[in-house]
Amino acid sequence: MKINVNNEVREVSASPDTPLLYVLSDELHIKGPRFGCGLAQCGSCSVLLDGEEIRSCITPVSAVTGHSVTTLEGLPAFYAAEKKLPTVPALHPVQQAFIDEQAPQCGYCYNGMVIKAAELLSHTPQPSEAEIRSAMNGHLCRCGTYPRILKAIEGASRAMTGALK
Amino acid sequence: MKSSNSTMAFPRRDFLKGGGALVIGFSLGAVTPASRAFAQAPALPDPKLVDSWIAIHRDNTATAFFGKVELGQGSTTALLQIVAEELDVELSQLSAAQVDTKHSPNQGATVSSSSVERAGPQVRAAAAEARQELLRRAAQKLGTPVESLTVMQGIVHSKEGSVSYGELLGDQPFNVNFTGTAPQKPASKYRLIGSRVPRVDISAKVAGTYDYMQHATLPGMLHGRVVRPRGQGAYGAGAEVLGLDETSMKHIPDARIVRKGDFIGVVAPRQWDAVRAAEALKVTWRTPTTLSGDAALHEKMRSSKTTDSVIVEEGDVGKALSQSAHVVSASYRGPYQAHAPFGPSCALAEAAGDSALVICSTQDVYALRERIASVLGLPETRVRVQYVEGAGCFGHSCYDDAALAAAIMSQLVGKPVRVQFMRWDELGWDNYGPAHLGEIRAAADSEGKLVALEYHGWHHGWMIDETSEQLAVGKPVKEFATGAGSLIVNKVNVGGMYVTPNRRLINHAVSGLEGYLKGANLRSPLDLSYSFASEQTMDGLAYLAELDPVEFRRRNIRDPRWLGVLDAVVEAAKWTPRRAASARGQGAVITGRGVALGTHRVSFGAAVAEIEVNRKTGLIVAKHIYAALDCGLVVNPGAVESQIIGMTTQATSRVLKEEVRFSATNVTSLDWGSYPVLRFAEHPNITPILVQPPNTPSSGAGEEALAAAGAAIANAFFDATGVRLKQYPMTPDRVRAALA
Ligand code: FES
Ligand code: FES
Repeated sequence: MKINVNNEVREVSASPDTPLLYVLSDELHIKGPRFGCGLAQCGSCSVLLDGEEIRSCITPVSAVTGHSVTTLEGLPAFYAAEKKLPTVPALHPVQQAFIDEQAPQCGYCYNGMVIKAAELLSHTPQPSEAEIRSAMNGHLCRCGTYPRILKAIEGASRAMTGALK
Repeated sequence: MKSSNSTMAFPRRDFLKGGGALVIGFSLGAVTPASRAFAQAPALPDPKLVDSWIAIHRDNTATAFFGKVELGQGSTTALLQIVAEELDVELSQLSAAQVDTKHSPNQGATVSSSSVERAGPQVRAAAAEARQELLRRAAQKLGTPVESLTVMQGIVHSKEGSVSYGELLGDQPFNVNFTGTAPQKPASKYRLIGSRVPRVDISAKVAGTYDYMQHATLPGMLHGRVVRPRGQGAYGAGAEVLGLDETSMKHIPDARIVRKGDFIGVVAPRQWDAVRAAEALKVTWRTPTTLSGDAALHEKMRSSKTTDSVIVEEGDVGKALSQSAHVVSASYRGPYQAHAPFGPSCALAEAAGDSALVICSTQDVYALRERIASVLGLPETRVRVQYVEGAGCFGHSCYDDAALAAAIMSQLVGKPVRVQFMRWDELGWDNYGPAHLGEIRAAADSEGKLVALEYHGWHHGWMIDETSEQLAVGKPVKEFATGAGSLIVNKVNVGGMYVTPNRRLINHAVSGLEGYLKGANLRSPLDLSYSFASEQTMDGLAYLAELDPVEFRRRNIRDPRWLGVLDAVVEAAKWTPRRAASARGQGAVITGRGVALGTHRVSFGAAVAEIEVNRKTGLIVAKHIYAALDCGLVVNPGAVESQIIGMTTQATSRVLKEEVRFSATNVTSLDWGSYPVLRFAEHPNITPILVQPPNTPSSGAGEEALAAAGAAIANAFFDATGVRLKQYPMTPDRVRAALA
C-alpha cells in the first residue's frame, strides 16, 4: 500500500485495517501523532487529512490512500504551500506562539493542539474566543494548560493576519 | 528510529560530551546489545563527591546530574538555572543528564513538589563546590590570587589573562569532596534565578522533536499489552485466572501469550497485532463482589472498624463548641479520583540473561530498580533503570506497573518488550487518590473569632504494591497504614492557617484491605477533600457572623504569609466586601464568587473563584479563578505561573467533574467518556499571582494552590445559591438535587 505523508509517497506493509497511527509511529517513525486513548476521545493522534483534522488512532490506513496526510512534522511546509510562501519556515506560526507563551507542561497533548489550532486558523483566520473554545474542545490537556493555549492561538491569529496585510 | 546515539556505552566522564544541547528527552535511539551489557556492576554515584553532580567538558560546557526527574513541571529548567547561576555559566552551556541508576545521584522520589525545595539546595551547594575548585585551579594556572578572579560564561578572568573551565578541567574528574562548605552566591547577585528564562524542553515539545517514553525503541523489540479484567476489583483480590482460551486469538498468528501466575500479556512484532490480540484473548476471571459500589462507599467507610489517631488536641473543643455564638457542623464527601495521565503509561525493557535494562517514566528510579530486581530474581546491581519523560502523571500513576509488566514480559520471551497501557488499563488499574469522608464542627464567637475546630477524617492509606508484581508472583499485598506513605488528616491544611485556642483533629484509618480500591498519592493528596470541608465551614461561620468571608478570615489569621496570599488574591480579583449569598440573582443562570485558602505541606495558597450556576440544568461553569501562591524564592516565575494555571485547571476539573465509578465487582470509569475531565471549552480564565516575601527559601510550587481553588468554587456555589454542596464532584445531578 502507498500513502502520501507530508508530501512524500511512502510504501507501507501494514494490514489495511491497521490504524494509521501505528503505521506512522512504527513504520514511518513519525513522532508527532502519538497514542493517547485509541478511541478518538482525546486528540493526541491528530493529523490533517487533505487539510482536515482527523484521529489517526481510529482511521484505518487503507482509508487514507489517495489522500494526503500532514503530520506535525509536515505542518510548516503545509503552511508554506497554503500561504504560497517562498520558503518553508522552521515552525508554523501557531507553534511559535505556543513557544512564546511557554504554554506546554508535559507537552504530550501538543501534537493535537498544534494540528487543531493550525486547522482552525486556516479556516477561520481571526476566531473569537468562543470559536477557539469550541474548535479546540475535542482536545484534552490533562496538565491544564488551556488558558495559555487560548492566548497563544489569539497571538498566532494576530501574527498571521498581520503578516498577510 | 535508527540512531547511533549510543550514549549509554560511554564511560560516565564522557557522558553527553559536548553538552549545551538539550539533553533531557534525548534520543534513546537504537542501542546496540553490546553497549547494553554490563561490563561490571554499576556503582551508585557517591553523593559526597563533586563528580557525582557535575562534569565539565573540554568545549566549556557542563553536564549536571540530578536525581529528580522532569514530569512536565519545568523543574529541570529550574535546577539548571540554580546550577548555572552558581557555576557562572550560561544556561546554554549546561545540560541535564538523563536520570539513570547508572549515573544519577539518588535524591529520592520526585514527589511532593520537592525538586526545587529540597534538591535545589543540594545542587546549588555542589555547583558552588565545583566553582571553588575551578577557581583554585585557575588561580594556580594564572598565578594570581583567587580573590582577584571573576567568571563569566565559564571563563575565568584576571589581569594576567583568562582561562576557561573547559581548559582547566575538560572531561577530567574534579576529585574533590562535596563538603557543602563552599561559599555561595548571595541572592542579591542572582541574574538567572528569578528570571523568566524559557524552559529548556518547550521548543522541542512544540516542534515535535522531543523524545517521549512512547518513542523509545530497542532493536528486535516486541509490542506488549497487558491482559486484565476491564477495571480493577478490590485491592488485594488480584485478578485470578480461572480459564484461558488460547484459540480465541488464533486468527492473529504473530501474537503470543505470555503468562506468569495471574499476570497475562500478549506480545507481537506489530503493535496492532498486540492490540487486537489483547482485545481478542478470552480469559475467565474470578470476579468477587467485594466492593461497595461508588454510591455506598462513604457509608461503608463511616461504619467500618477504624484505627484512630489523634493528630491535634489543643484546648477543650467540646466546651468551646457548647458555649459559642455560632456553630457549624456538617459532613463532606470526596470521591476516588484518577491520575489519568493524558498519555497512558509506557515502558520498554530488555531482561535477558543475568541483567535487565528498563526504560520508563518512574518517579523514583532507585526504588523501582529494587522492585524489578526482586521480581526478576536478579541482583540489584544487574538492573539498570532509565527515566524518560512521558505524559504528566501527577503522582503515582501506572508508570511503575507498566515498567514491571515490560520487565516480566521481556524476561519471559527473551526479547526487548515495549508495553503501552491502553486507556482502560491506565484508568481502570490506577492507584487512585483515595476517597474521603470528613465530619467537621467549628465555632466562632460573636466577634467572628474562631474559637473551636473539630475534624474527623475517614480514608484508607496508600498501597504501592504494583499490580503486575502482585499478579505475577502472588506476593501478598499490604497497605501503608502507618508511617511514611500513610495518610493522616493534614493539620496544616485543616484550619492550620487560622488561630484557634481549641482544635481537635482525629484520623480514622479505614483498612484498605477490606474491599476498597487501590490508592496512592495524587497531586496534593487529599487536600482537596480537606479544604472542601474546612473552607466551606469557615465560610459558614462567616455567614452566621454576618461577615464578609475575607474579613472573617483576616480576623483569624496571624501568619503574615497567609495574610499575604489572601490580600494578593483579593486585590487581584477586585473583591468587594459583602456577606455571602447576599446578592443572589433571580434568573436561570446566576453568579457567585468565593474565596478559600489551602496548601499541601509548605507554601501558601489562596484563591477566588467566580462561577455561574444554571439552576435548571444544574451545570456549574467556572468563569475566572484568581490563584495566589507564596512558595518563597521563585527560580522561574513563568514556570511557576504555569504550574498555578495547571493546578487551578485541575482543581476545577476535580471539584466539578472527576469521580471514579465502580460497581460491586470492578471500576467502570475506563475512558474519557466514563471518567470525564475538564474540557477546553469549560476552562476558566485564570490569573496566577506570585507572592514572594523577601529572604524566604524556595518551597513547593507544584500543588499548593490546588485545594484553595477547589474550595473557592464550592464557596462560590453557596454565594450564588445560598445552598452548600457537601459532596464533590459538583455535578449537574448533585446541583439539581441540592437546589430542588
Ligand atoms: S489517541 Fe486518537 S483521539 Fe486519543
Ligand atoms: S501539556 Fe500535558 S497533557 Fe497537555
